[in-house]
Order: sequence, then C-alpha cells, then structure tokens
Amino acid sequence: MSSATMTSDLSSEMEVDAFRRLFPLRFHERHLQESIRPDARPLGKARDTSVALGAVASADGSALAKIGCTTMLAAIKMEVMTPTTESADEGCIAIDFHMPPICSPIVRPGRPAEAAPVISKHSGMINLKELSLVSGKAAWMAYLDIYCLDADGALFDAALLSAVAAFSHLQIPVVSLNDDGRVVVVSNEEGEKLEKEPVNKERRKLKLSSIPFSLTCVLHKNYILADPTAEEESVMETLLTVVLDSSFQLVSLYKPGGPVLAHTSVIQDSVALTRQRLKELQKILNEAVSDMEVD
Amino acid sequence: MEIDRADGRTPNQLRPLACSRGILNRAHGSANWSQGETKVLAAVYGPKAGTKKNENPEKACIEVIWKPKTGQIGKPEKEYEMILKRTLQSICLLSVNPNTTTSVIVQEPGYIPPPQALSCNTFFAGCQLSSYALLQVVNDDGALLPCAINAACAALVDAGIPLKNLAVAICCCLTDSGCVILDPNKLEEQKMKAFVYLVFPNSILSVLPEGSSQVGGEPVEYGIITSVTHGVMSVDDYLHCLQRGRAASAKLSDFLRRNLQSHSPGDLSKAG
Repeated sequence: MSSATMTSDLSSEMEVDAFRRLFPLRFHERHLQESIRPDARPLGKARDTSVALGAVASADGSALAKIGCTTMLAAIKMEVMTPTTESADEGCIAIDFHMPPICSPIVRPGRPAEAAPVISKHSGMINLKELSLVSGKAAWMAYLDIYCLDADGALFDAALLSAVAAFSHLQIPVVSLNDDGRVVVVSNEEGEKLEKEPVNKERRKLKLSSIPFSLTCVLHKNYILADPTAEEESVMETLLTVVLDSSFQLVSLYKPGGPVLAHTSVIQDSVALTRQRLKELQKILNEAVSDMEVD
Repeated sequence: MEIDRADGRTPNQLRPLACSRGILNRAHGSANWSQGETKVLAAVYGPKAGTKKNENPEKACIEVIWKPKTGQIGKPEKEYEMILKRTLQSICLLSVNPNTTTSVIVQEPGYIPPPQALSCNTFFAGCQLSSYALLQVVNDDGALLPCAINAACAALVDAGIPLKNLAVAICCCLTDSGCVILDPNKLEEQKMKAFVYLVFPNSILSVLPEGSSQVGGEPVEYGIITSVTHGVMSVDDYLHCLQRGRAASAKLSDFLRRNLQSHSPGDLSKAG
C-alpha cells in the first residue's frame, strides 16, 4: 500500500486498522486502485470453495458448502404425498432458508436468499416427474432446508451451491405398499422377506439435467468485485448476481437496486466472470461426488 | 418474428397507461398508476424522525410495506418489498434528510375501490405521522412489480421527497420462439418461457453539454437500476430484452414527465 499517490488523507499517519474502521470506503478504494482486495485476492477471483456431501446422516441427501468463511448446510428429507390433480405425475419441492442469529452479528430480517426456490424450480434442474411414484396416487415431496451457519457475504452463491450438492447426494429411498394400502419406507436391514413388491426397485439418484451455478459481484464505480465478503458488501452496496446453468444459459440476472447502474459492458463482464466460476464450481462438485462414491 | 397477442397488441405496444396523483387527502403524496388492468395505488407519508434499527442514522431510511390481497404476507411479497425498497433507495437523495424514515406500503384488495372510499383514511389510519409510501395493489393483471415501482415513484414525486432521478420500470417477456413482447398481461406472463423486470433511470433533461452524461459510451438512462428474471434464457436473449426495454422505457419516461408536469390531479392521459 503505497501512500505516495494520496498524501492529503490521513492514511499515512494512521494505523491501518483504525483507517479501515474510520474510512471503510476509502480503505477499499485504495486497494482497488492497486487492483487488489484487502484479503489479497485480485478483483475477479472468488474465495476458496469446498463442498462436503453427506454432512447430515439422518437426511436423505445433505451437503455442507463453504465459500471462504460463508458456510451453508443443506439437507433434504423425502416424504410421500398425494399429488394434486393438476400435476398427477409430478412430485414437489419445498424450500426453506434459515438464517439463525448465530450466523452474523446483524441478522437481517427478511431475505437475502429467499430467491433460492425460484431459481431451482425455474432452472429445470430437477425433473419433477422423476419424483413421482404412482401417477395420481403417490409422489415424493422433497423438503430442502438450507441453514446459514456463517454469513460472510455471497450468501446466495453458497446457498445455491449447497442445495445443488445436496440434490446430487440425494438417494431416493425404497418404499413399498403395506396391507393398509399405505406407502412405507423399506429399510435396508430387513430386506430378507418382502411380502409386498417394492414400488420402486432400488435406491436411486436423481438425474440432474442442467445444474445452475451462481456468482455474486459487487459493483463499485468501474470495478467489478467477484464473490464479496460481508465487509465489502456493506461498504459497497450494489450487488449483481448472475446464475448460469451448465449449458451457459442464463437462469437469473438479479440486481436489486443499488447506487451503481449496470451498463451492458458490466453485464457482459460479470457473465464472463460467472462462466469462469461455473467451471471451477463444476470441478469442485464433481470431485466431491466422486470422493463420495469411492468411500 | 411476429407473434399474435390475445388483446391484439403489437409486440412492442404497451397497455394504456394512466396516472393520477394526489388522490388521497391524508397522505403526503399519493398516486394511482395503471397499465391496462393492473392498477396500483401508492401513498407516501413522511419523512418522520428517527431511523429503524440497524439503519444508518446519517442517511434517510426508506420503509416499504406491501400488503397482499388476502391473508398474511408471503415470500413473493417479501421479496417484492425488498426489491422495491432497494430500488427506491437508489433513486432518493438519502443524505438530504438524515435520520428520518420514509415508508411505502402495498396492499392488494381484490376489488377496485372508488377513490372516495379510499380517501376516508380507513386503510391508512395511524400512518399519518411517518414518511410512508403506502402502496396498494388494486388489481394484478401481469407486470405487477414494474407497475408498483412506477406508482411508488409517482407518489414520491407527489410527496416532494428529493430524488436524484425517476425510475421507470418495464416487464419484457420472452416467447418460446425467442420473440420479445413488452408489458404482458397475466395470461401472457404465465404462458411465457421467461420474463424480465427491468428498471431504468429516466432520461435527464440536462443543461450540460452533449455527451457529458455518458458512461462508457452509453447514455446514463441505459444503465439498469434493478433487474429480476424468471425462467431460463440465453445471454443474448437477455441483452435483446434489455434493448427493447430501453426503447420502451423512453416512452414510459416521456409519459411520466408529461404527467408530472401537468399539476391537475386526476388527469388521465393515455400513451400507447
């Protein structure tokens, strides 16, 4: 951090931590001028990301996703339900996003990632017909719960990644009809004698057709900062989230207000950043899935 | 690339616009905005003293309250509330009245109440102390959020809240064949493959020399304040929507400007 360029401000006379607290915007702008960020990342680089599948043993599918310090835990519970008459051969997904007070000193009421249901439904990632058991009689209801354990920026990215990972870990349990005509789950241990034929033959995985991945960027002046931390999000307020699926189709381009306007060039740049990020995330997810299969 | 629309409009044609301001006598500012059958009523109260918890006391705070047609507020309304709030925040001059709150409320009754019934303050009792923008969705026939943003904007102007610029909102729909149609009604919205809500700043009548309001080779009014999409589309389709939306927003912006310049409340002008 050379102070030669701006001698007028107090940065040369003040401790760095004090300067960061008192003039957060100027602190960040000084970094941006040098094309670097306070955590030593270049502007377009996302934080280290990891995915661990099967974090919750009692759930049918679960995953823990970490992007930097942001941590999301997603778990799916399958239940049998009666489908509605309009969509007799389709299952259903119910998504809940939880932000407990543990995750951040400012638990913001309301949203940040309430858009998660919108995304996974509209992206066509999951063919709801695959969740059907007996057309018109029984179908699967997938309860997806996403818990934010640590909120350090880019919440939506982490939530979507954990949800996608949980779905790729999901195994649909084997069920059969009992004497009362109810659907019951067949547990693996008592597989010796089955009076009734199971409705679905084996535990199977969902086929995910096109998997969505997202990247959140902060816009400030002419800079685009990929994958912001909570501090960067609070100092520079304009957020832009791009969601692309694996065939590079645009699933969502979400910008809720903010002082900086997004011009065409900004949109093209952030889409290009998301394409790069998509390849990274795909690789991380594939590795996590193949690790799981080896175990 | 031609597509037939149920109501006989061309793809680029908006529904008839109407805007009347100052229709509520207790509110500090109010506006009724309609695009075809979609009608939204907005009222602004304030600014009142004090900001909400966790808000910056050095800036003015904006509160948006959106009431659904029936029952409790759901997730989509919560999200609309948040988008509307952040959109309004970006067009208001927040440093002018620091440590004050301005609130916006949206309500969706299933009938169209006559204006007289509304002005007898049954809906707004107790709100008159704060800087509220009270937004009431009178009828939803597609493109609800853009309509609400336009209504809120007109109400803020009516209340005399200092603004940087106005925002104009538009909904673009993408058909299966890849055509873009503007300002869909409810039926069209449900049939479409994808749709995009876009909010642009309106064009500024500037005394500055030509070109000074350009950012990266584009006029300021081409920048997006808010973008919300539903459904899958290609990036090129999105940029195409953007282009068509910009063209239409110029029309909307003209309508808004003309309407705000005429001071007679209840004035119904049409643009098509």
